[in-house]
Amino acid sequence: MGLPDAPGDLSSEVDVDAFRRLFPLRFYERHLTESIRPDGRPLGRARDTTIALGAVASAEGSALAKIGSTTMLAAIKMEVMTPSMDSPDEGCIAIDFHMPPICSPIVRPGRPAEIAPVVSKQLSDTISRHVIIFSVSGMINLKELSLVSGKAAWMAYLDIYCLDADGALFDAALLSAVAAFSHLQIPAVSLNDDGKIVVVSEENGGKLEKDAVNKERMKLTLKSIPFSLTCVLHKNYILADPTAEEESIMETVVTVVLDSSSQLVSLYKPGGPVLAYTSAIQDCVALTRQRMKELQKILDEANSGMEVD
Amino acid sequence: MEIDRLDGRKANQLRPLACSRNILNRAHGSASWTQGDTKVLVAVYGPKAGTKKNENPEKACIEVIWKPKSGQIGKLEREYEMIVKRTLQSICILNINPNTTTSVIVQVINDDGAVSFTLLPCAINAACAALVDAGIPLKHLAVAICCCLADSGYIILDPTKLEEQSMKAYAYLVFPNSILSVRPEGSLKVQGEPMEHGVITSGTQGAMSVDDYLNCLERGRAATAKMSTVLRRNLQPQIAGDLSKAG
Repeated sequence: MGLPDAPGDLSSEVDVDAFRRLFPLRFYERHLTESIRPDGRPLGRARDTTIALGAVASAEGSALAKIGSTTMLAAIKMEVMTPSMDSPDEGCIAIDFHMPPICSPIVRPGRPAEIAPVVSKQLSDTISRHVIIFSVSGMINLKELSLVSGKAAWMAYLDIYCLDADGALFDAALLSAVAAFSHLQIPAVSLNDDGKIVVVSEENGGKLEKDAVNKERMKLTLKSIPFSLTCVLHKNYILADPTAEEESIMETVVTVVLDSSSQLVSLYKPGGPVLAYTSAIQDCVALTRQRMKELQKILDEANSGMEVD
Repeated sequence: MEIDRLDGRKANQLRPLACSRNILNRAHGSASWTQGDTKVLVAVYGPKAGTKKNENPEKACIEVIWKPKSGQIGKLEREYEMIVKRTLQSICILNINPNTTTSVIVQVINDDGAVSFTLLPCAINAACAALVDAGIPLKHLAVAICCCLADSGYIILDPTKLEEQSMKAYAYLVFPNSILSVRPEGSLKVQGEPMEHGVITSGTQGAMSVDDYLNCLERGRAATAKMSTVLRRNLQPQIAGDLSKAG
């Protein structure tokens, strides 16, 4: 007696839940032939997405992004630093992505998750593309972070915490990062008598006005905002915005990042058993275009909601 | 469109390739891959019994250890490890040796670039040759290439460090090696495209239009077809020798 060679025959007898656990791939394929997924979504639809701005009161900019149950908390802290010699009139952005043990059963305390540095690297590639000489295409103009050329500039520490890892981690992390930057208010600072930069507090803001470096709290201008969509490829099917379960069962993942001017920022496919042909790549890009419009709308709504308050 | 490259190559011309196998004595398989000034040495140990935590014990597990030319490993190296691992997983037949771990150690010997995108393709090619040398069962070989996109929209293949710096975007692409089939219809076709046109791994940096990317794919495919014949020629005589030894 070997393994049952036709698991399909069992499906009429065993409980759906047991079937799902025993033959996860068969379970999914059954759904896919009906063009639906176990959570009731059509193949090309992403999960419900929400953004809450200003989730961390102590940070200069913060956002909580949720895609389905994947939850990311992003916060930006601003610090004054001396700019490097190579770029005296530019600020700097440091991006870090954390996966604490709270987010997933796979992550054990004391042992960092394998995927965390990879997501972190991808995020910094996407957000600070200006590492390459041609800075025109980057999301943030680092010159805006400069205070006094060669003397002082802003250092933005962006930290993203994954609170719940249920698939499409990069999408949620990027969305929370973008939202945090759109919420960011750079504090007003001024030069004091010792030539040091001090943050102007609300009360005595008027006194130091003659030395003010930037007089008001200001916002960064974000150009060409990147949005991403992760898809899972399985046979000829393309599943947008996979859950953690879908990612673990069907291993081929493609992440497409497009910016608001419809340029391809990244097309990332790290291996996987399914080969991506031109048609599949074009389909993924088309799905991302659609998703970009949704995300742009959600982000705009979140921002306009803040202005009313 | 014609473009002058610093070293006098044509846009589609690769740097001189060299691949040698079985250069380490203790390793189960080893290979070095040289492409111009970039050189990578890969050793394969295994399959060893048991898998690591969080890996599926019903399949063979591959672990990749990346050793940079100098210094500590950082996020970049971790990303490379992950990409090489996933790429190798997709070309290995993992069901043959379940509950085993195969270690692939990638040592960068010379690296011709700071943000070098040519390094990763080189490492994948070397790892692939080393797996063959170690006799790990593979579905097919993988061939990797780096493409660069300049401002005016032309694409050059296999850039050097100097060329990389003046480019607006890069892409590294990994394609399967064409399978020599005994069937009369020739190579496998999937969705009307030959199997070797499918992308195993893709990564990009810098912004480009979608059409430019598809262009890169096209150029990459054409170049990897040639590279796969080089790789195949390099592997074949030694395989024949191995077989006669074994027999």
